[in-house]
Amino acid sequence: MSKIIQVGMADYKLATAPDKLITAGLGSCIGICLYDKAIKLGSLTHIMLPSSSQAKNTSNEAKFADTGIKLAIREMEKKGAIPARLLAKIAGGAQMFKFSGESDIMKIGERNSIAVKENLEVHRIKLLSSDTGGNYGRTIIFDLETGDLLVKTIGHGERVI
Amino acid sequence: MVYDFSELSGMQLDILKEIGNIGSGNAATALAQLLNAKIDMNVPQVNILPFAEVPDLVGGPDLHVVGLFLLASGSAPASILFLLPVDKACLLVDMLMGKEWGQTNPEILSDMDISALMELGNIICATYLNALAMFTQLEFRPSVPALGIDMAGAILNSVLAQFGAVADHVLVLETQFKREEQEIVGHFFLLPEPGSLDVILASLGVSL
Repeated sequence: MSKIIQVGMADYKLATAPDKLITAGLGSCIGICLYDKAIKLGSLTHIMLPSSSQAKNTSNEAKFADTGIKLAIREMEKKGAIPARLLAKIAGGAQMFKFSGESDIMKIGERNSIAVKENLEVHRIKLLSSDTGGNYGRTIIFDLETGDLLVKTIGHGERVI
Repeated sequence: MVYDFSELSGMQLDILKEIGNIGSGNAATALAQLLNAKIDMNVPQVNILPFAEVPDLVGGPDLHVVGLFLLASGSAPASILFLLPVDKACLLVDMLMGKEWGQTNPEILSDMDISALMELGNIICATYLNALAMFTQLEFRPSVPALGIDMAGAILNSVLAQFGAVADHVLVLETQFKREEQEIVGHFFLLPEPGSLDVILASLGVSL
């Protein structure tokens, strides 16, 4: 029996095939999926902010792009994953509100996706595919059997990346 | 400064509830006048929640909602979010625009429909802030409302992200508006920035 494991905001989970990892309602947040195909182990990290460096409270590593990616790699290594084998898929980073005056808060999605890509490069993890930006939310389901990432939206279709 | 909301005393929580009560009482009246209908509200809840649990308040992260969001700046900055399910929002548009019940199509909201919803949000939020300002003698300057129509989780995490840098929990003052005692119309959230709580509580003479 395959389980479907929920990942909440600022949270992360590991799973192996045949399970699936799901995170519902990604807005400006980004879901980072890392996958070690050889052992069918994957992680899904739901980050909210680009960087922990300016934050006052960094106790939850899964909240930030930089610490969230480090955390996922570290935990996957403990379960036998090899960092050089890891592949990444990401989704999210939308701008949910149409605001008359553009403020920094409203651009968090864009900043998140830049930060995630930079941090993946730092760790030399290849980004296989991404579905970021736009102004709509995404629910993503990461299948650890195939490594497929299903992106569901409201009014903007469904796709597998 | 109150960064850890668990430091709040029972009395302080009660006072925050009262703030929510006064603000939403006024907002409910404004909504009732606008719609010419009877609007009820529940006793506001003060919740201190980890981010991940906030979407459950409105029925889960997947629910299709309309979110109206504005920032109140001033000495006690806060965010205000009014969330309502899309089908309920469409009924409100019907009532506002004098259309027949069920005429607004949630799939294709026209510019007029969206404009009506923004105006609705504007009035509700401004009324809430006015009441809050009267009560605390603080100044709140609302921004232009922003509108998002999508999954509740996606709208909430975009709003909550700004709190992520300072906290793992968020203080949510939540009120439910109901029409004719049963149909839930929407959820109203006041999310004070952590430093703002001190200012609000101090203005009422109950600082830490």
